[in-house]
Parts: sequence; C-alpha cells; structure tokens
Amino acid sequence: MSTTTSTRAEGRNRGSALSHTLTIARRNLLQIKSDPEQLIGMTLQPLMFLVLFVYVFGGAIAGSSREYLQFALPGILVQGIAFTGFQTALGLNIDFQRGLIDRFRSLPMARSAVVGGRILADAVRVVWGTLIVAGFGVLLGFRFHGGVAGAIGAFTMVVAFGVTVSWLMAFIGVNARSPEAVNTFGFLLILPLTFASSVFAPAESMPGWLQAFVKINPLTSVVDATRALMLGGPVTGAAVKAVVWMVVITAVFAPLTVARYRRRL
Amino acid sequence: MEQAAIETEGLGKSFGSVRALDGIDLQVAPGTVFGLLGPNGAGKTTAIRVLATLIRPDEGRAMVGGFDVVTHPGEVRRLIGLTGQYAAVDELLSGRENLYMIGRLIGLPKGASRSRANELLESFDLADAATKNVKTYSGGMRRKLDLAASLVGRPQFLYLDEPTTGLDPRSRLQLWVLIRELVADGTTVLLTTQYLDEADRLADEIVVIDHGRVIAGGTSAELKSMVGGQVLQVRPAEPGDVGRVASILAEFAGEDAEVHRDSQLATVTISQRSALGQAVRRLDDADIPIDDLALRRPSLDEVFLGLTGHTAEAEADARSEDNSERSLA
Repeated sequence: MSTTTSTRAEGRNRGSALSHTLTIARRNLLQIKSDPEQLIGMTLQPLMFLVLFVYVFGGAIAGSSREYLQFALPGILVQGIAFTGFQTALGLNIDFQRGLIDRFRSLPMARSAVVGGRILADAVRVVWGTLIVAGFGVLLGFRFHGGVAGAIGAFTMVVAFGVTVSWLMAFIGVNARSPEAVNTFGFLLILPLTFASSVFAPAESMPGWLQAFVKINPLTSVVDATRALMLGGPVTGAAVKAVVWMVVITAVFAPLTVARYRRRL
Repeated sequence: MEQAAIETEGLGKSFGSVRALDGIDLQVAPGTVFGLLGPNGAGKTTAIRVLATLIRPDEGRAMVGGFDVVTHPGEVRRLIGLTGQYAAVDELLSGRENLYMIGRLIGLPKGASRSRANELLESFDLADAATKNVKTYSGGMRRKLDLAASLVGRPQFLYLDEPTTGLDPRSRLQLWVLIRELVADGTTVLLTTQYLDEADRLADEIVVIDHGRVIAGGTSAELKSMVGGQVLQVRPAEPGDVGRVASILAEFAGEDAEVHRDSQLATVTISQRSALGQAVRRLDDADIPIDDLALRRPSLDEVFLGLTGHTAEAEADARSEDNSERSLA
C-alpha cells in the first residue's frame, strides 16, 4: 500500500497555501472573461454614481458641480469599493450551492485558499475600480492637492478598505442560504454604511441622531482619511481610526469566515 | 485475507433528530466496484461524505487506504477522487481551465497540470469543447468533465455519488465503460446509486442500505437468490384479459398476481419449476391468447422491494436527508 501511495504521489508536491490561493484567485478573475457583465458592472457602476451625483446633486449640495466633484470623488471611490465585496459573497455562496466547495474540500489543498483566493481576486477588482474612477474623475476636472504621496496613500487606504469589506461580505457569503439572501443581507449592510456616512455630504449637515451614527461609521473614517490624502488637510485622526476599524473587522471576520467555511456542510 | 481498501466500523452520524447513518460496517476490496444501494435519504451520500472527509462521523471509524478519515484527513484526500450528485465544475471556466485548476490545487506543476488536463479531455471525448465555457456544455458533458476532474490526481479510490442521475441512456453507457476501464487499471470504486440496473451491471459487491443501516449485502446474484424464486410475467394479447390471467396465475402461485395496467403485465413469484408448464396449460385451457410470457430471476428492483418493503423509485421524490443536509446553513 505504501509503495503505491508514493508512486502515485510522485511529481506532486504539497503546494503552499499561497500557490493554492493564487490558483483560486486566478480562477475567479478568469471567470470575468466569460461573464463580461461583471466587468461592465464593476466599471460603469461607480462611473454612473460619480456622474449622477456630481451633476444632479452637486449644484444643490456644494453650490457647483465642479466644487462638489472635489468633495464627492473620494467618497464615491470608497462607496464603489464597498460594493466590490458582493462578488466575493455571491461567488462563495454559489460555490456552496453548486457543490464546488465539496470538491475543493476533498482535495489536499489549503483550507484558507478558497476564501483567500476570492478576496485576492477582489483586491484586483478594487485596484481596477479605483483607477477607473480616479482617472475618469481627473477627466471631469478633479485635481489631487495632496501630492503624489497623498495619492499613493489614498490608493493604499482604498484597497485596504476593499479587502476589509470583502472579509465582511465573505462572512455573509458562507452563512447565507442562497444568493438571494446574500443580496438582501449585503444591501442591508452596505447601503446604510455608505449613505449614512460622509460619502455624499458632510456629517455636520445632518440631524444630531444621524450624526452620531455617521461619526462612528467606519466608512466615514475611511472616506475622511481618503479625502484628506487626496485633497490635502489633516489626515492622522481619521487615518488612525480607519486603520483601527479595518484591523478589527478583519481580525474578527477573517477567522470566523474561514472557520465557517470549514464546518459548513 | 487481502486487506480491505475501505473499511468502516459502526459508522454513525445524526443531523438533528435524523439518524443518517446508524452503525454502518463496510469492507471494500481493492480494485473492485462496490455498490452502495438505497433509496433517497437512506444515508448513501452521508456515508460518501464521511469517507471523503467532508463530514466527521459521530461514532465509529472509517479507514481509507489505511488512513483514518478523522485523524488523517490530509492523507485520505491525497488518495481519493470525488464525483458528487451535482456536476461540481466551474460553469464560468472552460473545460480545460477547470481541469488545470484542479491540477494546480493538488500540487501538480504547471506543465504537468496542463498535459494532464489535455490527456483527460482527450480520453473523455471533450477535446473539441476544451476551450468552451462549461456553461455551454450538455448535462452529459458536464458529468464527464466532473468525473475527469476527480481523476486529475489519479486517485486510488474513486467515489461516485449517483454518477448517472439525470443522464440520457447513451451518456450513461459511456460512463459505465469509463468506470470499468478505471477499475481495470486498479482503481477502487465506491458507487452509490438508486438505479438497480447500474449496481447490477457495475458492482462486484453490493450493500443495500435503508434508514442508515445495512439491510443486505453480497453480489448481485446472491442478493437476487436471497429473495428466492423466479418471476413469471404474462402479457395477454387482448388488454381485457389481463384480469383473468392474473386470477389464473394467482391460483397456482398461491399469492396475488401483480397487475401493471399500462404495460398489461401480470406478474407472480413462483417457487417450483413445474409452474411454467402449468401456467401455459391453464392459459391455453382458458383459451386466452398470449403475447408474451417470460420466466426470469428477480431484478434488483424486486429484491429491493422485498428487502425494504418499498421500491427505490417510490421514495425518489421524497426530499431526502442527503439533500437537506447540504442546505442546512
């Protein structure tokens, strides 16, 4: 028996968790090729938000759409990123429904790779979305006032935030009973977080009870920090809060998600 | 005696109040096809999932290739291939990408993953569709790809959980041929099925399970002889005569004949060999023209009915624990 085993295992190494994660990430990105709607969605949706908000509400909120563009672009960037995680949640959930997870779990591969690969693929999407929105913003007249360091800082902040949200959404994805439930829970979570924040309007313009929520909303810290990095201004307070939030959320939901993934039938 | 390739002892597993496995003992000889037969919800899928390290048993022990599934799941995963009830392939990738991905995940280098993928696509007659999205595949093609995916690592043990459910007869036959070839190469196959003819044709040994328990085991011939007797089937030329035929058969068989209205067949189980001649004479005396008359050994369907008190198909519609355990969130 043992001789057979070793012959069969020949030419196979264990492969590291990293290579498994990269393989899964590659798989998830390859899916875009046959699902072009995904690419269209992740490209056009944030652009649509940008155009609609800037030109529909810009004048009313900030006096002119040009000025509002400066204020809104960092927020809409973050808001768009918050929706990227849906792909992780839906994708994981569908893998469970289709039995693909059974196959993965019956393979001698790292248990963390299926979730990790999803999130890595999301990170790539986030980078794409960020560049699209920022590039389009510049075409519309957005100007960076925080310098190159600020721009790089903002970019890093946004990508880190995207990964954090993906863990949260992955948690929903492995727990929800169906893709429909993923959508319900996802929107219930993401919509209030994005709107009841400083994405579209400054917190000071809101009623007191709402301000209280807006101020503790992690998204507000991320948006404030991103905005400060892109436009110039005091960064530290918001950035520290944002980083703490991201670390806490990841530290809680990453292990919960992986544990749930292992145990779910 | 040869060491069993797969062995379970007193395997038990409950889902809430449902006892999915209630003390299952199995012994599978290496290089054979072992059929796990039973209606939906009998515990077949649960047994496979335990042996595939997907769930842990509550009680008992399961060894695969000398490794305990609970204490050495990693080693077991290295030896097995699993094809489940649903074609577990990525619909948004091409057939080749699916197989390449599995190769990479089990630790094959890039080149080897690519050549293994091509080799399998070739031998499963999927080479023409290799670069097409699985989304565009037919049900039969998906099943074949799914089976190919479970073979990427040349597993010693192949678990096939209802591999031909929902397949057209031609794809089914093709799959049977493939399974026989694998076994000829030394693979040990554990097959679950609701189709008795499938177990009949493929399995060297069959275990019938119901409500999480083994209720019978042996070769197909042994199981058939267990029920005893032979089956006499008569179809009258005139559909109106089937009732009369049934009562004549019942007279000397000593039991009520079963009448199948659609096919106009009257069936009885008989134990003496003289019964056939008797039947012919009596039917002739009664002047009933006969279209078809056959004496045969019971099918596994009838064996199953005799053992469980219900037919395999009767429960096929019932939602099973096999399915619900999957959706427990």
